[in-house]
This record gives sequence, C-alpha cells and structure tokens, in this order.
Amino acid sequence: MNPRLLPFLATVVIFVVAYVICWLQFPAMLSTRVIGNLLTDGAFLGIVAVGMTFVILSGGIDLSVGSVIAFSGVFVAVMLRDTGIHPVPVFVLLLAITTAFGAAMGLIIHVLQMPPFIVTLAGMFLARGMAYVLSVDSIPIAHPFYDWVQTAYWLMPGKGRLTLIGATMLAVFVAGILLAHRTRFGANVFALGGGVQTARLMGVPVGRTTVLIYALSGLLAGLSGIVFSFYTSAGYSLATVGVELDAIAAVVIGGTLLTGGSGFVAGTLIGVLIMGLIQTYITFDGTLSSWWTKIIIGALLLAFIVLQKALLDITAKRASAREAG
Amino acid sequence: MSESQALLRTEGLTKTFPGTRALDAVDFDLRAGEVHALLGENGAGKSTLIKCLTGAYRRDAGEILLEGAPIDPRDTQDALALGIGTVYQEVNLLPNLSVAENLLLGRQPRRVGLVRRRAMNDRARAMLARYGLSIDVTRNLDAYSVAIQQIVAIARAVSMSGRVLILDEPTASLDRDEVAMLFDVVRGLRDNGLGIIFISHFLDQVFEIADRVTVLRNGRLVGVHDIGGLDRLRLVNLMLGRELAEETRETGRGGIDYDAAPRLRFSGTGRRGAIAPFDLDVHRGEVIGVAGLLGSGRTETAELMFGAAPMDCGSVTSEGRPLRLASPRDAIGAGFGFSPEDRKTSGIIGDMSVRENIVLALQARQGWLRRVPMRRQRELADDFIKRLDIRTSDAEKPIGELSGGNQQKALLARWLATNPEFLILDEPTRGIDVGAHAEIIRMIEELCASGMSLLVISAELDELVAYSHRVIVVRDRVHVAELVGEAITTDAIVKAIARPAAEAGENAR
Repeated sequence: MNPRLLPFLATVVIFVVAYVICWLQFPAMLSTRVIGNLLTDGAFLGIVAVGMTFVILSGGIDLSVGSVIAFSGVFVAVMLRDTGIHPVPVFVLLLAITTAFGAAMGLIIHVLQMPPFIVTLAGMFLARGMAYVLSVDSIPIAHPFYDWVQTAYWLMPGKGRLTLIGATMLAVFVAGILLAHRTRFGANVFALGGGVQTARLMGVPVGRTTVLIYALSGLLAGLSGIVFSFYTSAGYSLATVGVELDAIAAVVIGGTLLTGGSGFVAGTLIGVLIMGLIQTYITFDGTLSSWWTKIIIGALLLAFIVLQKALLDITAKRASAREAG
Repeated sequence: MSESQALLRTEGLTKTFPGTRALDAVDFDLRAGEVHALLGENGAGKSTLIKCLTGAYRRDAGEILLEGAPIDPRDTQDALALGIGTVYQEVNLLPNLSVAENLLLGRQPRRVGLVRRRAMNDRARAMLARYGLSIDVTRNLDAYSVAIQQIVAIARAVSMSGRVLILDEPTASLDRDEVAMLFDVVRGLRDNGLGIIFISHFLDQVFEIADRVTVLRNGRLVGVHDIGGLDRLRLVNLMLGRELAEETRETGRGGIDYDAAPRLRFSGTGRRGAIAPFDLDVHRGEVIGVAGLLGSGRTETAELMFGAAPMDCGSVTSEGRPLRLASPRDAIGAGFGFSPEDRKTSGIIGDMSVRENIVLALQARQGWLRRVPMRRQRELADDFIKRLDIRTSDAEKPIGELSGGNQQKALLARWLATNPEFLILDEPTRGIDVGAHAEIIRMIEELCASGMSLLVISAELDELVAYSHRVIVVRDRVHVAELVGEAITTDAIVKAIARPAAEAGENAR
C-alpha cells in the first residue's frame, strides 16, 4: 500500500470512530438531520478549504481567504442595499474581483519570488481593510432571492435537509477532486509541491500554475463569502476572522502534507466534517464550553503533524535502506 | 570523419564568465549510434558545454549544429523539443508523483479535459517495457531505487527528445549491479541510433561503455580519441595535462622519522559509500599530500578525518590515546583544522568581516559563552593580515569583497588562529592567482617546519611533489598507493592514479 494514503485513511478512521462514539452517547446523532446540518454548517468552510487544499498541495499557503470571505459578504450586502441589481450579477462581479485578487497574489509570488506567507498576509490585511472601507457596520441582507435560496432544500429520507448551500459545497468538492486528481493542472499542482525547480525542468508551466492556484483559492473564497452571506443573511467586516486557519487545519487533518506534494481533496471534506462533528457533539452535550472544539482540533492537528513527520521518516528510512542494500 | 556522420556538432563554442573563460572555442562532435564520453577535471568546462547544449546557458560565440542545421536552444524545454534530452546525477523527477505521471507529465492522455488514468498507465508500462523494466507504474517514484529512477528519467528524456541523450554522472550513486543494468539500457539506445554523451569520473565505466572520448581542460579541447586507441595512463595524462615524455626531476621531501611514534594514527577508518577503510599515520611536521581524480574519494578522506562525515568503522588514536571523532567539534577540540574545497559555500561567510571570519574557529572552540575580547580579535586579525599578506583595506571589510586568493588566506588564518596541531587543506590553491599560489605554498612549508602536521589535497601534482613528505593516491574511493620521499614524482603519481583496478593490490611504499 502506498504509505501516503495513511494520513487519509487515518482521517477516515478517526471520523468513523468519532461518529460511533457520538452515536453511542446520543443515538439521535445518527440521523440525516444531523448530517444535513453538518453539511450546511460546514459549507462555507468546506468551500474555502478546497481552495486551500490546492494551495497547500502546491507547497504554498493562503492567509487571505478569511478576510476575502468577510469582504465578499460586505460587498454583496452593500451592493444589494445601495443598488437595485439582482444578486446573481453581483455574485458574478464579486467572483471576478476575488479571482483577480487571488491571481494578483499568485503573480506576485511567482514574479517576485516572494514567500506565499508574506504575500497572502499582505492580502489578508488588504482585503480586511477593503471590507472596512465599504462598511464598518453589520449590514443585513433582505432580498427575495435570498429568501428563496435559504429555503431551498431537498428532504432526505429521515427528514434531514440537504440545503442548497450544503449541496453547493458537495459539488465544489466533487469538482475539486476531479480537478486535483484527474487533470493535467492537478498533476502540475502536485508537481510544484514536489519541487518547483524539478517541476520547471520537467516542463511544468510554473508561473501559470501558481497564478491559477491562487486565483482558484480567491474564486472559492469569494464563493464561500456568498455562501456565508446566505448562512448569516448579513455582511459584516469583522466576520470570519481566523477562518483561514480553520481551513488550514481542515486540510491538514484531512491528510494533506503541510509541506505540499501529497494529499487528497476528499480528505479535506472529512477534515471539515470532523470539525463540525466536534461542534455538534458539544451542542448535544449542552454543558461543555464551545471552546472545547478548539482544544480538540488543536490536539488533532498536533497528532496529524506528528503522524506525517513519522511517515516521512519511515519513507526516508526505507529509501536509505534500499540504497544501502 | 565525414560531415554526414555528425549528429551534433559545436564549432568554436565559447562561453565567458566574469574573470574566467569557461569554454574557449571548443569543437565537439557526436555521431548517431555512439556513446561519447566527455572527460575533464573540475573546471575543465564539461558542465558549461552541457549547459550550452541544453540551453541552460547562452553561448557567447560559436555554432551548435544538429544534423547540420544551426540550433539555438533557449532553455531545457527548447532543447528537449529539438531532440536533446538530459539526465542528471540527481534524478530530476518528482518523488511524490507516480511513475506513470513522471513519465507523461504534461503529456497525459485526456478525454474532455480529464486524464485517462488507465491509458496513461498503459502507455507508461509500454515505455518502460522497451527498457526491460516491468514495475508497478501507479506507485510513487520514491518507492523505487535510484537506478530504476534513473531509467525512468532516461525513458522520459528519450521519449521527449529522441536524438541526443546527455547523461551527466548518472552512475555516481549506483552500485555495481545497478550500473550494469543502466549500461544495458544505454547500449540499447545506442543501437537504436541515439547519440549519447556520457559524463563520469569513473574511468573504468568510461572504458566499458564509451566508443569515443573527448577530453577538456581549462575550457579548451585537449583531444578526441577512439577508446580503442587509448589506455588509462594516456587518458589520465590528457586529463591532468601532462605528456608521457615529460621528465620531472623533482621529487618529494624526506627528513621525517617514520620510526617515531606518530602524532595521529587512523586504523581501519572508513565510511560506507564514501571511502574504503584505510590506515594512516600522521607524524609531527609532516605534509601528507592526497592525489586522485575528482570524485575518487580525496575530499571524502578529508571529511572523514575531520569528523564532518563520521566514520562507521575503525579507530583513531592521538599520541597513543584513543580519540573520538564523531563531529567537527570533536576534531576542533583535538586541535584539528579544516579548510574545505569550496570556500564559497562551506568556508567563508561573505557578509561578515575579515576579522570575524578569522576569529570564527577560535571562538567556536572556546564556546560562545566565553567571547574572545574585541582587543584580542583585532590583534589576531591585524597580525594575520600582516603575516599572510592578506590584501584588504582593513580588517572590518566584508570578506566577500576580497579576491579568491585573499579569501583563501583569511580561511587559513582562521585555522592558524586556533593553533592547530593538524591542519587539513582541501584544494588550497584552486582558483587563485599565481602570486597568492606561491605564498600559500611557502606558508605550507613554514607551517610544517614549525612542527604542525598537514594533509593537503590538490589536483596540482607539481605542487604536491614540491611540498609533500608522503603522497596518498586515491582511486575509486580506495587508498591505492602511498609514495614516500624520493619516490614521489609526478609520473609515479599519475601511474598510480591510472593503474587499472585489477593491479591495485601492491603497495608502492
């Protein structure tokens, strides 16, 4: 078996075991209602985490996405409040802006050979600042289209609701899986994560791929912002602070190597669901502080990083044993 | 040779870097269906020539002709498209991708934008089958040995280029069986009409696989020979720039009492994959020269003795007492000094001043808590600048701004400041001008007269002969000969380097 599958399998096992523990304590948790809520509540994080998966697979990082989500919400709210434009063209305009924003960061990273950490950190402040410029207050969104989307769902057997935004996340994951594992672009992303210099020597269009990766992350951050605005019916510049870190955590818990080059988009979905599951457990329990979510996620993250390091060491040892033998 | 035979030719190829002419009007030709070895010592221009052919460098003058038509590759992709593929010593593939993805990256078969995995894996299997390799192509590349990775790299390069294959030291990290496997692949490609340029430091391998040999030295073409008309001695002479007829009267120096107890005794010390176990006694006031071709194990010997590459067998005694040499710290503690071969990357710290560079080793030995007082630092720096005639405006100038020779002298000063008993110098005279050259040699002689023991590695045989009491000859990572005093001549050294492995049993001492 490929040792790189291990972190992914570990994630799946942890998810299943965690779900069984929850179910043993609260039998009601094994219902399509809870599953439907997991998907709805995790939707905006899941969408942005797909973009983050591509970034991390390529060996980069994107710290700007939390701010971009907040900016998106404020942008949409302001546009709907101040103009009579229908939400759909506003969404299109927004996605164009966030995609261009991501592409610009990718371009700077590639052309100036700057570390993604610094470039996207600057992007984080910039996007948050732009959100403040648009409005410092929370702006409620009231539009018939919003009412329609918020009530659109498919009733699963067992009365669980698969909402439109939950379904959107699943669709993004399916698209992300195909893009990462079944296209030349996806192979190029993995190639960058394996080594930029080598990838260049092998003919990978490094610049184009880098720009596309960050553009994709920007696009999905914008989409996540739209979903978040449906979720909260408001745009607020102080919202989603630190979501970029939640996304990174979901990606790493999902079995993607933080140094890039190895991982699965599907793992990120499990990572998001694990985070949602902990939250749901705490809600069911009712006595635990919701900060326990952070503590458990912190512990999981640590465990995964140690697991990855151990796997790397094992592979390296095997390789050197082969050399010697 | 007729024009029509040449697959790839260069005419008057020239490349200049600031201060050096790396290639000086080199004519080179490669025929279809031959393995052509490109040989030369460090700095001979091999890699510059290869980089011009593959587009990594732009030439300054001259022509490159592929099948008679002038070409001008701008980068490696361009060269690939023209038909020139390259495989390096470090496998330039991605360990985190599957074998099939590595073979077909950028050319994966697709249907409506999606990669057809099965078709891709089938194609990869078919590609490798040509080389007699039947492996699971869906596994990651790093699941396989370096030899198999090399063959995958060759398969990729050949499938993308298909006319010229450049193998840049492909065998450096392979064992004997793996080399044989690789050579089978290379012969198969040659028989299919590819032109193959083969670069290697292992002369045995050159004689085994090559049809013709081109030798470069100091950026110039020395000669092109059919392998059949060459013997090892002649080849080594060509590479080192000596003619057989040349008589050298000069011999090494005597005057060391080999019956006295040695200062240091290395017994059976070695490191797997770097240098075979050797015995070596180091006496007081002795200069031991180490000679051998590049990659023969001469630098590895020095690194092992300094603890930079810890030994995995054998023992060391100092003045009869056992000595632990697991790290450079141990070595420095025991009074060793080491000036490495590549002063730019492992010696000087360019941004720090001359003074700071000189004090570095002394400070390291004292421990960072006991800072060498600034006054003492200044005294030391000024003293060495005067004694070694380091040309610098003042001691506070960043060392990176000094010339190569002066950097080398400052490096020497760093170790002399620690008052070492045993100093290892790896290529102390490389890349420095004639004046500084003579001064460093004079300094080596002075140091040993003062009782210090030295081990000096050099490719300059005249130089070794001039100051050595003893010369160790290294070949294929084994100490193969030891010449003492009167027996040290450049001819004797060249013969020892060139002697084929089969006769290596006897010892010249």
